[in-house]
Amino acid sequence: MKRRSLLKLAGATTGLGAFNLAGCAMNAIGTPDSARVLVVGGGYGGATAAKYVRLLSQYKIDVVLVEPEAAFVSCPMSNLVLGGSRGLSDITRPYDTLTSLHGVRIVRDMVASIDPVKRVAVLASGGTLRYDKLVLSPGVEMMFDRVAGLKAAGQQGRILQAWKAGPETLALRRQLEAMPDGGTFAITIPEAPYRCPPGPYERASVIAGYFKTAKPKSKVLILDANEDVTSKAALFKKVWAESYKNMIEYRPQHKATEVDAVTNTVKFEIHDDVRADVLNVLPPMRAGAIAVQTGLATSNARWCNVNYLNFESANAPHIHVIGDAIQIAPAMPKSGHMASSHAKVTAAAIVAELNGWEIDPAPMLTNTCYSFVDDKRVVHVASVHAYVAAEKTFKTVPGSGGLSAAPNELEGSLAMSWARSIWADALA
Amino acid sequence: MKFALSAIVLLIAGPALAQDVDALRARSLAATCAQCHGTDGHVPPGSAFAQLAGMPAAYLTEQMTAFKTGARPGTLMPQLAKGYSDAQIAQLAAYFAQPLAGGKP
Repeated sequence: MKRRSLLKLAGATTGLGAFNLAGCAMNAIGTPDSARVLVVGGGYGGATAAKYVRLLSQYKIDVVLVEPEAAFVSCPMSNLVLGGSRGLSDITRPYDTLTSLHGVRIVRDMVASIDPVKRVAVLASGGTLRYDKLVLSPGVEMMFDRVAGLKAAGQQGRILQAWKAGPETLALRRQLEAMPDGGTFAITIPEAPYRCPPGPYERASVIAGYFKTAKPKSKVLILDANEDVTSKAALFKKVWAESYKNMIEYRPQHKATEVDAVTNTVKFEIHDDVRADVLNVLPPMRAGAIAVQTGLATSNARWCNVNYLNFESANAPHIHVIGDAIQIAPAMPKSGHMASSHAKVTAAAIVAELNGWEIDPAPMLTNTCYSFVDDKRVVHVASVHAYVAAEKTFKTVPGSGGLSAAPNELEGSLAMSWARSIWADALA
Repeated sequence: MKFALSAIVLLIAGPALAQDVDALRARSLAATCAQCHGTDGHVPPGSAFAQLAGMPAAYLTEQMTAFKTGARPGTLMPQLAKGYSDAQIAQLAAYFAQPLAGGKP
């Protein structure tokens, strides 16, 4: 390292104010050229990590967040937009509070490549950012090559995923609105693990709730590659039998292999083709492209192996991977709440490491997950996970965790409070 | 170079004080409550969840223990409270009871 860089580092480190990057030279477009902590991706994991590195360091560690979107749009609650009881604006929050309240520098861009040896990230716009620690929260990438014809069908706007909330959520909602009464909505689910285990079942239920009032002759088909419902199985099945009899049909062991956008048909490995008026095909998923491209997705070429004590990549020092992109520990769901929990453990570990302190040898994670079964009633699953040093992994604490007894409106109100709290915890 | 970097870190951070490490760990443990109860226990206005920041430690310990033993019924809390040891509950209670839990910027 040259003297100039050293001075920059010192300048960045001594910043005590809420927003001090005075030690960093700026390039022409106002992007800093270095960061003590660089966070890539502003979802539940990345936004929370950015805030908590600031918070836990008493605002002494500079944080730069690279995120292409103008605002945070929540995947949790986005099924309510499909059901019509909420709009996209209800699940959208601004990023600027991370800057105004916590001094996080936000660069609206994508990271095109990372050099883990030089500790440099190259932005899509061409700029570069040096870092001491990088938190990579890239979410998931759809593996379109696993379902023939799916990518093209999506590009034509015919067969959508809407598994990242935003414009596609609205596009799928419009397809549902345009569907005639008596039509069929079909959702296909990939083999686990995928983002948000109960999400597809929640989606099917909420859409059935919409059909029940708006298009009562319509049907919902759930075509699942798995042997059985992967989350909250007994609760969902009870709701389907009691509230959506003759409307929702569940078919396990249906692994989608191909779609035909002209006839709106999906083909399966074993079973007969299914035609539907609205098709929502979820392909297998893997860690976000930047993680794969950096060589971090070494588990089955899909997920990133990490040291669970601080979420540092098993393949690249100083890069911490969090959220849906990681190879999960036992019973650890790929959820927004869990990504937030990863972020906090990681932020604390980074703060400790940059201070030269021992990192917490016994971190804890929580997860709570509310699924709507119509526009008001909810079922939850909750868990507490403790790091088990002897096995170098997280395990659920014996005796803890559990499910709702039955769908209920009280938890519907808790779910809305959860959303407001976790969004504020990540962003405000 | 490595030496120079370490020197800077030490210069700025000062010697590793046990109380700093303990404070970081206490705040990190409390952060496991924050997704529902708000950052540092400051719940957003109008929330269905309880405010934890500024509550007396004895009260917080009592409630968490009641959830854990099943004496107090609930939806998620009886399930979540069972995930924390008595020592962790005491740590959480002490953290949230501070006049300005975590402090605001």
